[in-house]
Amino acid sequence: MADAGINGIGGTSPDEVQFRFRDDEPVDHGTVTVDSFLDQSNASAVRIEPGDDARALLPHLGRLRLVEVNFPVFSDGRGYSAARVLREAEYAGELRAVGDVLIDQLALLRRCGFDAFAPDQRLNEVDAVAAFARWENVYQHAADRRRPIPELRHG
Amino acid sequence: MYLYDQYDQAMVDARVEEFRDQTRRRLEGKLSEDQFKPLRLMNGLYLQLHAYMLRVAIPYGTLNSRQMHMLADIGNKYDRGYGHFTTRQNIQYNWIKLEEAPDLLADLASVEMHAIQTSGNCIRNISSDHFAGAAADELVDPRPYAELLRQWSSFHPEFSFLPRKFKIAVIASDTDRAAMKLHDIGIQIVERDGALGAAFYVGGGMGRTPMVAPCIREFVPLDQLVPYAEACLRVYNRYGRRDNKYKARIKILVHELGKEEYARQVEEEFAHLLSQGIEPPLAELERIKPFFADPEFEFGLPTGIDRSDPDFALWVDRNAVPHKAPGYVSAVISLKPVGGIPGDASAAQMHEMAELTKQYSFDECRVTHTQNIVLPHVKIADLHALWTRLDAAGLANPNIDTIEDIIACPGLDYCSLANARSIPVAQKISQRFSANGRTAELGELKLKISGCINACGHHHAGHIGILGVDKKGVENYQLLLGGSEAQDTSLARITGPGFDEPGIVDAVETVTDVYLRERDAGERFLDTYRRIGMEPFKEALYG
Repeated sequence: MADAGINGIGGTSPDEVQFRFRDDEPVDHGTVTVDSFLDQSNASAVRIEPGDDARALLPHLGRLRLVEVNFPVFSDGRGYSAARVLREAEYAGELRAVGDVLIDQLALLRRCGFDAFAPDQRLNEVDAVAAFARWENVYQHAADRRRPIPELRHG
Repeated sequence: MYLYDQYDQAMVDARVEEFRDQTRRRLEGKLSEDQFKPLRLMNGLYLQLHAYMLRVAIPYGTLNSRQMHMLADIGNKYDRGYGHFTTRQNIQYNWIKLEEAPDLLADLASVEMHAIQTSGNCIRNISSDHFAGAAADELVDPRPYAELLRQWSSFHPEFSFLPRKFKIAVIASDTDRAAMKLHDIGIQIVERDGALGAAFYVGGGMGRTPMVAPCIREFVPLDQLVPYAEACLRVYNRYGRRDNKYKARIKILVHELGKEEYARQVEEEFAHLLSQGIEPPLAELERIKPFFADPEFEFGLPTGIDRSDPDFALWVDRNAVPHKAPGYVSAVISLKPVGGIPGDASAAQMHEMAELTKQYSFDECRVTHTQNIVLPHVKIADLHALWTRLDAAGLANPNIDTIEDIIACPGLDYCSLANARSIPVAQKISQRFSANGRTAELGELKLKISGCINACGHHHAGHIGILGVDKKGVENYQLLLGGSEAQDTSLARITGPGFDEPGIVDAVETVTDVYLRERDAGERFLDTYRRIGMEPFKEALYG
């Protein structure tokens, strides 16, 4: 997953992307539910709700260009596992966190493989940029493929 | 003990700056209390009845003298000259101002300490055997494995918003001194065919639905500890209940799925995660181990004790524990003075314990889940000098594992969740048994008090447990018998209708009378209860 830096800072209304770490053209149409996606053969954008099992998408990753993961409340952390499961299966399309996405979850979400963020409430950009850059190093492997501290210690 | 390198220090320093920034945004009104709450909780900051409470992590309960001095300084600088050691092998301060919390965390960071993940729905501070590295019966020191997991669990990106809090304990002996099977994950380091590995017990806990964790895998190779733990957590994060916080702990999931089905799903996820290369290199474990190597014990030390002072002899009998090295013992400092608050220590006492740690125990001490302090490596020849110093500081209470060594949560005196006060009940019970002189006769008797059903005082695991409840606006206390947190883990049962505050103290005395009447030679209270059952106790209480 290329880290292209923050692109396309914009976003003025709900569901609009405020932060994007990709160079490709964003998908310009809406997403469908997981159930609809599994019923249709041509959809390329899907939205995962907290109760959905992201593993259901794994046989169809080839035709997916956008996965939105909804966080109706920030404290429901199921979407973090969903994101990692998709990235571990080498999903390379856009992975967008939508909903109750707040400053202090950004770095964690990024580590789990999210590369686009569409918060319900527009975030303060100075605070957000600081939050993305907060952790110079990390202790464990995740979807961002950063080399964790236990490996850095041993060359 | 473990020392930070530049990476560990940078992580803790970054956390202090993050929290300083979060606090600023809260004070500026950019964060609502609802948004700030999970952030401050992940830094150990609770809003209690009177003020903020800060819980400081003490990984696997191990401290050096410099850190203990700092805990004392913090008590003086930010609290009212006290600290409160808890059943999580941590310390809490009860009178913290929000605007000072970032400075407090910076002071902690200056001695390689923090409050990371001491609350919130994340992986909490990892606990361990308080006699690790000193006990004769351990296979290896469990703390390197606990440290490996501490690092893995710190700021874990996937598991910071779990359904509920998540507690892990690591032990490495068949004798369980860490209540391992009453944790979300209990790990016992074991040996098989000459190789070390980990047995995983998952889904234990206390709270309103106490459960003893079943073993879901008997042997996980050491280089796969992290992927296996990660698999356990991922299944929980995916399926743990989020509709009802009282059913959200992993114990409910394991219970509802059944341990076989839960274990099957973990195995499936584990097999997948092994293909992801997420395990830390074994070299990291090898790097950590020497930090926990034995100190340079002397050989040929005297092992005799001059017992001519009966007060000293009593303290040795109660508070000194055999050690793996000849000529040494582990000395337990009781924070349970008669009539005192269990687990409280004044700043002056903490400074003195720090000095004694340095002078008599290779600069290392431990916090126990029973709310006491251990000096793990003390020369037998130094015991009298140590005891003299402790006595002068009000720290020589000779009562470890007796009915006066009570575990109690802060209760309604401090806690916003509590239904009843715990501390006054603990004070009155220790006063009662100190006055009637039965403490010695009763021997080992573990009494644990919780001020509400959340069970921070471990009442389910007490030989005698007390649970404070609210009965139509009046504090009422239920009595439980027969719990154990040790290797023979069992859950205590309620005797019957509850008691008011004077009544519960009488009731405790009544059940100890039954024990003294019924016991066979060599039986502890718990043994007698298990042999004769509940009926004779009920008869005496309600008959």
